[in-house]
Amino acid sequence: MPPMNNFWIILSHTYLTKLKTKSFIVTTIVMLVLMLAITNLNRIMDLFNKNGVADRIAVLDKTGQLYTPFKGQVKLINKNLKLSAFTGTEKEAEKKVENGALRGYLILSLDKDNLPEGSYNALTIADSAIYTDLQNGLQQLKTMLAARQIQLTDAQLQKLYKPVLFKKAALERNAKTEAELNQARGIVYILLFIIYFAVLMYANMIAMEVAIEKSSRVMEILISSVSPIRQMFAKILGVGLLSITQLVFLLSAGYYSMQKNMEELKGSFSDFFGFSELPIGTIIFAVIFFLLGYFLYATLAAFLGSLVSRIEDVQQMISPMSMLVVAGFVIAAFGLSKPDSPFITVTSFIPFFAPMIMFLRVGMLNIPLWESILSMAILTATIISLAIFGAKVYRGGVLMYGRSSSFKDIKKALQLTKNK
Amino acid sequence: MALKLEHVTKRYGEFSAVNNLSISIPEKEMFGFLGANGAGKTTTFRMILGLIDPSEGNITWKDRVLDYSTSHLIGYLPEERGLYPKLKVREQIVYLARLRGMEKFAAQKELKYWLERFNVPEYENKKVEELSKGNQQKIQFIASVIHKPELLILDEPFSGLDPVNVELLKEAVLGLKESGTTIVFSSHRMEHVEEMCEHLCIMHHGKPVVHGALRNIKRSFGKKNLIVHADFSLDFLKGFPGVAKMKITAEGITLQIENEQVAERIFSEVAGKGFVRKFALEEPSLNDIFIEKVGASYE
Repeated sequence: MPPMNNFWIILSHTYLTKLKTKSFIVTTIVMLVLMLAITNLNRIMDLFNKNGVADRIAVLDKTGQLYTPFKGQVKLINKNLKLSAFTGTEKEAEKKVENGALRGYLILSLDKDNLPEGSYNALTIADSAIYTDLQNGLQQLKTMLAARQIQLTDAQLQKLYKPVLFKKAALERNAKTEAELNQARGIVYILLFIIYFAVLMYANMIAMEVAIEKSSRVMEILISSVSPIRQMFAKILGVGLLSITQLVFLLSAGYYSMQKNMEELKGSFSDFFGFSELPIGTIIFAVIFFLLGYFLYATLAAFLGSLVSRIEDVQQMISPMSMLVVAGFVIAAFGLSKPDSPFITVTSFIPFFAPMIMFLRVGMLNIPLWESILSMAILTATIISLAIFGAKVYRGGVLMYGRSSSFKDIKKALQLTKNK
Repeated sequence: MALKLEHVTKRYGEFSAVNNLSISIPEKEMFGFLGANGAGKTTTFRMILGLIDPSEGNITWKDRVLDYSTSHLIGYLPEERGLYPKLKVREQIVYLARLRGMEKFAAQKELKYWLERFNVPEYENKKVEELSKGNQQKIQFIASVIHKPELLILDEPFSGLDPVNVELLKEAVLGLKESGTTIVFSSHRMEHVEEMCEHLCIMHHGKPVVHGALRNIKRSFGKKNLIVHADFSLDFLKGFPGVAKMKITAEGITLQIENEQVAERIFSEVAGKGFVRKFALEEPSLNDIFIEKVGASYE
């Protein structure tokens, strides 16, 4: 029998049985819903707005001449505010606000200098965005009227309004501009989170898988048919394939939904997250670093899982590993605002943190290629040595059944596989 | 000799789990391993299977070292039973059989045959966790024999089964032997080994204390058992020359005697004293041999 055959049987068995489990399907659906929710956030927000009192605001114009120019100004600031001229009394307006037909009402009048002033009334003034917009609108109107009063020409007026020229430039060549950095930050943050979440989840899955086989004692039959090392790698690859399936599914669903939504998203939310132009390079690096991170932690999880005798002990056993992943994420989150700090640079070469932090640097800065290649090489070397060491522990670990599970068992497991 | 263990020793640090074990098992034979917990049976099996390497010595099957390339020739029922609790019987048996080099379709067909044979065809699509312990054990047994191994290793195959299922499984094991499978099995139930094996080995603290054909072991042991039930007191036999041990039972006594001549002398001694209900000379049981050799009772 060709031995490689066994490898594929285990790989496909791991992949297919995991794919069919309820928990996998449920998590995928939950994540899909989240993904669709994020990419359709604007629509969901609109939905809530339409149901409630739209931002309908009555304007009681006591002067009879301010309403039209004011409305024009406000429209420039916020399209969503629906202003309407109100002809009734203040009391009537107040009632309408109380029964919810209006968000608030604004009284416009002229002061002693014949310039506009306003007073805004609403149930709560928590929604500062509305009155700030109204205030800004009125301010601009006032400036305009005041300028007319002192008889400035249009040219003079334009000069006054022209924004100041303020340039920022990084001296380092290739450095990203502030706008680029902001844009990168959003996408890097989301991808970082995916790496963090996926590495943790799938490494956990590996440890559980091994522990289930061990605690159910099916392991002893398995290792009498297939070498533990081949089993371990078949399992790691099988779950790896599963993770790729899930990510491809989620990312393509997210991408599709975003594409559909793109026009509406433009200019608001997507700029913040940097979605308007997806940097393909960043995504490729994310995939590479996710895979490297996955293999690193999956190998670790597999041999830690092989040491426990009961499923209940798995979490305890792998908690130091989980800590490493969390630490990496926390450092990376800190690094989002200061990607060029020396601490981040150093940690980006430490293999257990590299998958997240080097990715952060690659995504946020224009670092020389050799740095990312060096980091990947260190990671790969660590994975290989961990795999060699882990395979030895795994081989002994799966045969060991003890009451407690601790790191001392690593030594025992290694002893079991020794010849002399 | 098909399975050969030559001076096999397994040490864990200072501790020797198995110490200088040499055994030859002929092809198509059934070989029994006896021994208390920790006697080294499971370690020996694991070494035969290649799961752990011996510290010293060689193990060969038909002059070949066993490893993963020969795993399709071997069937193994571990002492600690285990299957995937969440998988259906068919899914996991087919999976395990494929790992032993079987084709999917052949495995399904063979599984059907075995389920029928054990009168449980309806379990094919049940999850293992839904089955009773005894029935799980049947499934486990099927998993170890489905690929028709040349060498079958059964670690405590009958433990935890009710008498009906023990008979069912015994029949299956004997059937496999008849069809040419070499079987090695361990048990702490002396009577199972006595009943089924031509050859056996009693292990104690990693060492083989008795080893060979059952008949020869019994013959060379020499001592026999004599059971006497009588209406009068038999206490006077205690110091009788040739009596090694005396055990008082509910109805009389059981003596361990040096040889048959002793029995003859005892017979003439008790004959005139009154009514003798039972006077039987028996071969020593394996248990007697075990106690004698190991110096402690089993279990």
